[in-house]
Amino acid sequence: MVDPRVVVVGAGPAGVRASEILAAAGLRPTVIDEARRCGGQIYRQQPENFVRAIDTLYGTETAKARSVHAAFEALRDRIQYRAETFAWNVVDGQLHVESGGAKAALPFDALIIASGATDRVMPVPGWTLPGVYSLGAAQIAVKAHACSIGRNVAFMGTGPLLYLVAYQYVKAGANVAAILDTSTIAERLAALPALTARLDNVFKGLSYLRHLRGRHIPIFNGVTPVEISGADGKGVTSVSALRRGGRRLEIKCDAIGLGYHLRAETQLADLARCAFKFDLSSRQWLPEIDEDGRTSSKGIYLAGDGAQILGADGAEIRGRLAAYAVLRDFGHAVPDDTVALLRRQLHRIERFSRGLARAFPWPSKLVEALPDDTVICRCETIRAGELRGSARLKGAWEVNRAKAFSRVGMGRCQGRYCGHAAAEVLAASAGVPIEEVGRLRSQAPVKPLSIATSDGAIR
Amino acid sequence: MKRAADILIVGGGIMGSSAAFFLQRRGRSVTLLERGLVGQQASGTNFGNVRRQGRFLPQLPLANRSRQIWGRLGELIGEDAEFLMTGHIRVCYGKDQIGTLETYATKAREYGLELELLSQNALRDRFPFIGPEAVAGSYSPHDGHANPRLAAPAFAYAARREGAVVRENVEVLHIEKSGEDFRVETSRGEVFQAPVVLVAAGAWANRLSAEFGEPVPLVARGPQMAVTEPARYEIKPVLGVSTKIAEEGVYLRQIPRGNVIFGGGNRGPAFTDSKRAYVLPENTLSQMRQIQRIVPALGSLRVIRVWSGIESYLPDDIPIMGPSGRVSGLYYAFGFCGHGFQLGPGVGDVMAELIDTGATTTPIEPFSISRFA
Repeated sequence: MVDPRVVVVGAGPAGVRASEILAAAGLRPTVIDEARRCGGQIYRQQPENFVRAIDTLYGTETAKARSVHAAFEALRDRIQYRAETFAWNVVDGQLHVESGGAKAALPFDALIIASGATDRVMPVPGWTLPGVYSLGAAQIAVKAHACSIGRNVAFMGTGPLLYLVAYQYVKAGANVAAILDTSTIAERLAALPALTARLDNVFKGLSYLRHLRGRHIPIFNGVTPVEISGADGKGVTSVSALRRGGRRLEIKCDAIGLGYHLRAETQLADLARCAFKFDLSSRQWLPEIDEDGRTSSKGIYLAGDGAQILGADGAEIRGRLAAYAVLRDFGHAVPDDTVALLRRQLHRIERFSRGLARAFPWPSKLVEALPDDTVICRCETIRAGELRGSARLKGAWEVNRAKAFSRVGMGRCQGRYCGHAAAEVLAASAGVPIEEVGRLRSQAPVKPLSIATSDGAIR
Repeated sequence: MKRAADILIVGGGIMGSSAAFFLQRRGRSVTLLERGLVGQQASGTNFGNVRRQGRFLPQLPLANRSRQIWGRLGELIGEDAEFLMTGHIRVCYGKDQIGTLETYATKAREYGLELELLSQNALRDRFPFIGPEAVAGSYSPHDGHANPRLAAPAFAYAARREGAVVRENVEVLHIEKSGEDFRVETSRGEVFQAPVVLVAAGAWANRLSAEFGEPVPLVARGPQMAVTEPARYEIKPVLGVSTKIAEEGVYLRQIPRGNVIFGGGNRGPAFTDSKRAYVLPENTLSQMRQIQRIVPALGSLRVIRVWSGIESYLPDDIPIMGPSGRVSGLYYAFGFCGHGFQLGPGVGDVMAELIDTGATTTPIEPFSISRFA
């Protein structure tokens, strides 16, 4: 049998581990990645000429980061690696990529999509002010650029990343004004049985918390965000929220990291016509996959947070499983006991991740109280009131219909950032369950595609 | 349970919706059945051209009548669907094509469409964003563009306000004539009865016309559309290319919020069963090359989204419109071959006149379904 042509999208923990297994089987996968260096978002590397020590960057995760980077470096002459390349479409066995304006189509027999995740954002009045960053962006600033997003930073939202990024800022010497978490202690306690699936992670989280408390960083649980305030020419000046019991809280700050856990980057899977299902635990649409990452589309495999939000360790496992699935489907021998072990590890991580979703729930109810003039879709400046109007007056509460009438999700980000909140606004306004408002259909390009094509052949 | 109306319209695209509106205005009761949502397919996903120049000449009276309505949308249906009379320019790249533009302009004048021919210098003086490859242009000052996502729903909602029954997510499964009336069965298990039926079901119309012994060689294809990120609003007129080469035949328009919308060239696959149509990446890449020949500055922009929809085409590239050749009380308006958006309001007005009075003052004989009998 001729070896299959395999393309791996993404060089984060999932993509690296998938490539490692494929290369070990003697295949020569093509690995494309948007970043300049491997590692993905979680193990993002600083530029070559930056000199911070690796354990400053990755803290407790240093060993894992080092291992992923080293594994990829060891592969370099056994794979075809295209850095700074992004996949903008996938059609009929070809992945369409662009790098520096040059465009190419890569034919494949098997495609492993390890496209990762981005922040999930819940709008709040003032969230489009200069100085408001997603938690992920705040993390990129400190990890890759060695910058803080402000002199006095507040973090608001929920999820493990809220505490991790705050911890990283404190470690880097930034002044953290406060942490405002929409989830409650009671929710976290209720999730404990599931979270015991990974006690090591629970302890890690508690150690971040201890460190933050040790620095006297105020932490507020169960808050209801009210607004982010700003001044002309100055950007953010404060954030206010209601504490449990209704007392108003105002935190002075000049920058905010905002985020509510993560959302899977699923556009490539959608363009590859994979079937999706609504995942109630995380309240998002995810591609349907089997336990090894096979989708409903032949030759398309998913791994990492782009398939299901499991975090970096889950991504490494899913990357390996997807590679073994490819090998098995193309007639290669696969070590069954290794696969069985990986699946068992995966189940434990899945249980933990359901626990996280319960401990730090997406606060969907917040959309009900959003004022009509709050921007939901910032690319097109579509406000909550316009969406509610489209749902009520025109009966357009299905999300693609609302997009057609109101332009929500039509801009540069294609609904990647506003889509979840927009769906919640529509569902709340029409009084229907969230899954009934449907899912924004992905359209190419996955990210904006330059019209001018450079003459040089793609590297 | 049977529901009765004077006229039953199958299909809530811009043809069916505007026909419903104009029939209600004439005091006739209409029930419109739409299998999905109004204006969702060809009517909602096209380029949004409100263009007359370049059309099949005998279609110009219909296009002129439609253009009159476009200018009065606000007063008629309460919203303008973002219609802008920006003018429309067809450029050409070869000297040999200039003659084609000149001949068309001369003949169009006989139909009341005044076109202005512009030399290369005049073109670039008045529209400096046009590239040096364009050697001449034909300018139609009263044409323009509108938002296709809004137009058909606006007609449907206006028809509803006038008293029409507009039902979405109701598919017509079967139509038969029993006695004086048509009997229409739907996916909801309802039966409708009406003495007149208008089939305006786009790419899905052939199944119904075939039931009455009038099958047509209808083919479903998808337009290949794209939109850029916003840029300063500079390109006021709609721009297109007069050419015999399919790839060169692209068109573009900029909307006041700044985005540039483009399409044209080769078409893509469309599937009536799954109700999906796709943009082929090679078509987008080809369009990106071609639009820079018209406006070189577009090279500095980025495409943020592509889309398609389901259009229906006939081999002679003109639509089916008018009464059935076999069954009295049965009318058709479908198969607009990718150029129906501008015609939509006029088609609705003409079909309403035809159904209401038995005749129309606008010639539509070339579009009779009998040409395929």
